[in-house]
Amino acid sequence: MTDSTLVSTTINGDSIEFACPNDETLLDALRNRVGLTGVKEGCGTGDCGACSVTLDGRLVCSCLVLGVEASGREVGTVEGLTTNGELHPLQEKFIEHAALQCGVCTPGFLVAAKALLDKNPDPSETEIRYALAGNLCRCTGYDKIVRAVQATAKDMRKAKKKKG
Amino acid sequence: MAHDQSYKDRKFEVVGNRFKRPDGVEKVTGKARYGADTFAPGQLVGRILRSPHAHAKIKKINTAKAEKLPGVKAIITSKDLPDLTNGDIGLQNILENCMARGRALYDGHAVAAVAAVDEQTARKALKLIEVEYKVLPHVTDVDEAMKPDAPLLHDWIFTSGVDPKPTKPSNIAGRTEMGNGDVEAGFKDADVIVEKSFKTGQTHQGYIEPHACLASVNPDGSAELWVTTQGHFSFRNTCAALLGLDFAALKTTSSEIGGGFGGKTHVWGEPVALALSRKANRPVKLVMNRDEVFRATGPTSSTSIDVKIGAKKNGTITAASAELRYQGGAFPGPWAMLGCMTGFACYDIKNMKAVGWDVVVNRPKSTAYRAPSAPMAAFAIESTMDMVAKEIGMDSVDFRLKNVAREGTRAPYGPIYGPIGIEPTLEAVRDHPHMKAKLKKNQARGVACGFWFNIGGQTCTDLNIGTDGTVNLTVGTVDVGGARASLAMIAAEELGVPYDRVRVNIGDSASLGHNDTTEGSRGTFSSGMATIFAARDAIDVMKERAAKMWDIPVEDIVWENGVARATGKKHGNLPTLSLKEIAAKSHNTGGPIAGHNEITADGAGNGFASHICDVEVDPETGAARVVRYTVVQDAGKAIHLDYVEGQFQGAAAQGIGWALNEEYIYGEDGRLQNAGFLDYRIPVCSDLPFIDTKILEIPNPNHPYGIRGVGETSIVPPLAAVSNAIANAVGVRMTQVPMSPQRVLAALDDLDNAS
Amino acid sequence: MRYESPTTIKEVVGLLKKERGKAFVLAGGTDLLVGMKLGMIEPDLLVDIKHIPAMRTVKTSKTGFRIGAAVSCAELGEHKAMKKAWPGVVEAANLIGSDQVQGRCTVVGNLCNASPAADSVPALIAAGAKAVIVGADGRRTIAVENIATGPGKTCLKKGEVIEAITLPNQTKTSGDAYLRFTPRTEMDIAVVGVGINLTLEKGLVSKARVVLGAVAPTAITVPEAAEALIGTKVDKKALENLAAACSAACRPIDDKRGSAEYRTRIAGVMAVRAAKIAFKRAGSAA
Repeated sequence: MTDSTLVSTTINGDSIEFACPNDETLLDALRNRVGLTGVKEGCGTGDCGACSVTLDGRLVCSCLVLGVEASGREVGTVEGLTTNGELHPLQEKFIEHAALQCGVCTPGFLVAAKALLDKNPDPSETEIRYALAGNLCRCTGYDKIVRAVQATAKDMRKAKKKKG
Repeated sequence: MAHDQSYKDRKFEVVGNRFKRPDGVEKVTGKARYGADTFAPGQLVGRILRSPHAHAKIKKINTAKAEKLPGVKAIITSKDLPDLTNGDIGLQNILENCMARGRALYDGHAVAAVAAVDEQTARKALKLIEVEYKVLPHVTDVDEAMKPDAPLLHDWIFTSGVDPKPTKPSNIAGRTEMGNGDVEAGFKDADVIVEKSFKTGQTHQGYIEPHACLASVNPDGSAELWVTTQGHFSFRNTCAALLGLDFAALKTTSSEIGGGFGGKTHVWGEPVALALSRKANRPVKLVMNRDEVFRATGPTSSTSIDVKIGAKKNGTITAASAELRYQGGAFPGPWAMLGCMTGFACYDIKNMKAVGWDVVVNRPKSTAYRAPSAPMAAFAIESTMDMVAKEIGMDSVDFRLKNVAREGTRAPYGPIYGPIGIEPTLEAVRDHPHMKAKLKKNQARGVACGFWFNIGGQTCTDLNIGTDGTVNLTVGTVDVGGARASLAMIAAEELGVPYDRVRVNIGDSASLGHNDTTEGSRGTFSSGMATIFAARDAIDVMKERAAKMWDIPVEDIVWENGVARATGKKHGNLPTLSLKEIAAKSHNTGGPIAGHNEITADGAGNGFASHICDVEVDPETGAARVVRYTVVQDAGKAIHLDYVEGQFQGAAAQGIGWALNEEYIYGEDGRLQNAGFLDYRIPVCSDLPFIDTKILEIPNPNHPYGIRGVGETSIVPPLAAVSNAIANAVGVRMTQVPMSPQRVLAALDDLDNAS
Repeated sequence: MRYESPTTIKEVVGLLKKERGKAFVLAGGTDLLVGMKLGMIEPDLLVDIKHIPAMRTVKTSKTGFRIGAAVSCAELGEHKAMKKAWPGVVEAANLIGSDQVQGRCTVVGNLCNASPAADSVPALIAAGAKAVIVGADGRRTIAVENIATGPGKTCLKKGEVIEAITLPNQTKTSGDAYLRFTPRTEMDIAVVGVGINLTLEKGLVSKARVVLGAVAPTAITVPEAAEALIGTKVDKKALENLAAACSAACRPIDDKRGSAEYRTRIAGVMAVRAAKIAFKRAGSAA
């Protein structure tokens, strides 16, 4: 009988191995075994989105995924948004628009907002609000978060146009 | 050194702008460390066993089986937290709330705790602890708890504030009364009198970060506590008192805080974590689950409030009275008194009386929630205000303006107001384009006002200038939502250096003198003031250093725009000395340059707000949705515009959630049924519109920059603003919060049946 | 707790059959892991079915659709043919939880969790969906309405697992819709859910299925509600009859999410709204 599993996975592009009990969530494994504490637990039941990560590119709550399920798959966390020391445009805009107050929901919002913009580069306000409905924020009333996502989308579309 | 606290009009260079917050990058990259984000060598996992009963005698706790489980390092019960409070009833209540002492007083009350090598073992151990309960009758409703035959929580509560003092204990902890004039005579003068009773549900602050701490106690009595808190000094003092530690020996560090809104002003699991660590002689990390946060931290009171307002046909209020019943959970609190103090604070009423009843019930111990107690009173009173306006056929904004409090009006709680912003906010509402915007079918608009005292309090701040001319500001208030940016701006303004030269650090309990908890909207007001004075101290030092460098009398030096300038014809040709130049030479001119300030910052200017709310009501389902919202609030002086707006927006959103959906739901068994974010419904992104803001600046005469606290006031008006809008949309006056779809639909049915 | 991730359905059945302790199938895990977190479920064995290729796909054929048990609702929502044929089913599936939950949750999980308030179930029943069950004794196919037998209970026997959901092709003059009522706009559990599937002939409703969720121990089909629509153009009178029939069929409980009285009332309201959408879809497809 094995209660633990050695998991080989890719996290933010790095190959990582960790052993975790089979009933441990990916959230706990990321925080306590891999050291990625940017992934937050707000509820542990999939209701707040603070633990949002991508699993093979798809947005999920890491509290609703087992650590063992990450085996052979690609996990993306907030820690992976920055490339070569440069902030992702969403990170820039969140700071610029004061889209965070306490900041504990911010990693989840950023991962979810990136997943949205990857799919839909030109979302309406309503689309943004519904796409981010799985991420609770108690400080901002969401106003500046939605504006930051709108501003990012606009900038990224412009940048793409320039390039392309 | 005494500093002049009074407001001086001046032109600001830095203050009043929008800068990037200094802690922004850490927070968007996941590097910022919150309560659960730190680790200590050899740390154990702490978990708490909680009562499943609303009220029960704890006959026996058997921990033997759990102790034998491999990996369990400590188990504690109340025996491990002996009473060291010396009869301090406040501390005793905190101690009993942290760990039940013979009785469980609410569903979720801690009865034992375990520290083990990992989460799995700790969870297993909890299941092995055997608790024998004798279930007692319980009461969770405030009105029920006041009845003579209600199940009694404490045998030591004899209602205070009544004459003669009762001979029998009850659940009514105290009665408060305040007012002025002759209410009965005033009602006789009224042309119109409206009387109405209201109830509000219990709400939780709903911060996204659960309580978390890492505690480490050494055998020599030294200890460390890393904790998510609004007040690490008061946490230190309370924990040290409960555990018998010296204040100085318990170094308490406030982590980044993932929201508090008052809920992190009080200790819950921290003394338990320290006791576990003491027993296990290893660091213990204790992180609450979300259901523990709901069941066993400090939500705000549910209430029952009667209001009576009388007015002349011309709109003058002749008398107003209110009776307010607030439950404080299982222990007494000041909550009803705060309702009495705030309810009528927006108005100048000749004859006014407010009576408050503070009641205990089998629910978790209430604590502050953003402008604590004010939203409920405002819901009842601001709803009644609209009803009176309607009765006399007056516009509701004009009616409020007719009775508005001004400078010189006596506040319901005693003092005479200085310059205050309620009239300007109402005028701004009246003139706002939102008020003229077209409404669609089933939509209507409501307005309501709100008041919060704001506080100052004990504050201690250090400002150190590095030899490269950059500045470290160390404050003892916690950054709950951008305060580092505001305080850096204030330091930069005062010193005359660019914003990005200043870095703000939250000092731990060992590095600064006592700072009161960051509550009452005091952070930027108090630490802002202390920062100004610390900077002025540093400027004095720099002037002395410049005097040395130039070898001229210090009296001949002024500080302007970040440089020392020699004045007078004698020194006219001397080039100025910048902060950077002075700092670079500091090792030769007397050593490090620092400023320091300790102060009890009094004179916090009152906060007032007026809100406009548009709702759309679905008449078939009773569902009400806020479709447009505008906040107008007086900030005194807005330091960082974004974060002032952010406070307005966040407060309004919490108020809207309270108005429409949020509520603790208890079953017949006295157990909380919705201890999670799925069924305790805080607003999600798609529930809300953009929240427009208008910042007014009526300077607070008691602050050098004119600052007033801005954090709380705007949670006060939304309950009534939403209710007034619903009344205007579909003609029903909701008397119970939350105004859930089924309550609105039931009210619509009653309206149909009546007509 | 053991964790197994077999690659064939046969292995799944074998593992489940053999297990003496509490065994659970893990697909999306959005209910299972919550139960584990809250200490309500303590499995001895989890069998992850996401490594079985046939479970991961939506297949279209001449006879209709086959949705693998491990297909996430997000994937279902991206399936163009499904969306076109059964918009009501897809919308219902997409109402479950947030985008994050969508990335994991499955309609089979929604069905097997057997919550009376499951969003996808009324829509599936209205659409005539069937569940393909595999066990040690082979395969059997039963109507979706026969899976849940009460709150949290299903007719599945030990060692049985639902492999897929099948849906017929939607006819050109048919349309389906699902609506629910929740206090919040998102992240909520249905106070009432209504799935309706209509077929038109010469502009009149010729066939109808009306299914209610969250108003009884399981989702319920309401033949009287269907009768109210058949032979009509879904006019005002028909809708009034529909609402009355739906409310009459409700046997809800009072709970934290809504009173029995409210659920009963709202069932009629939501049915009317859903019927209008289904009628429009049936007509516009023609």
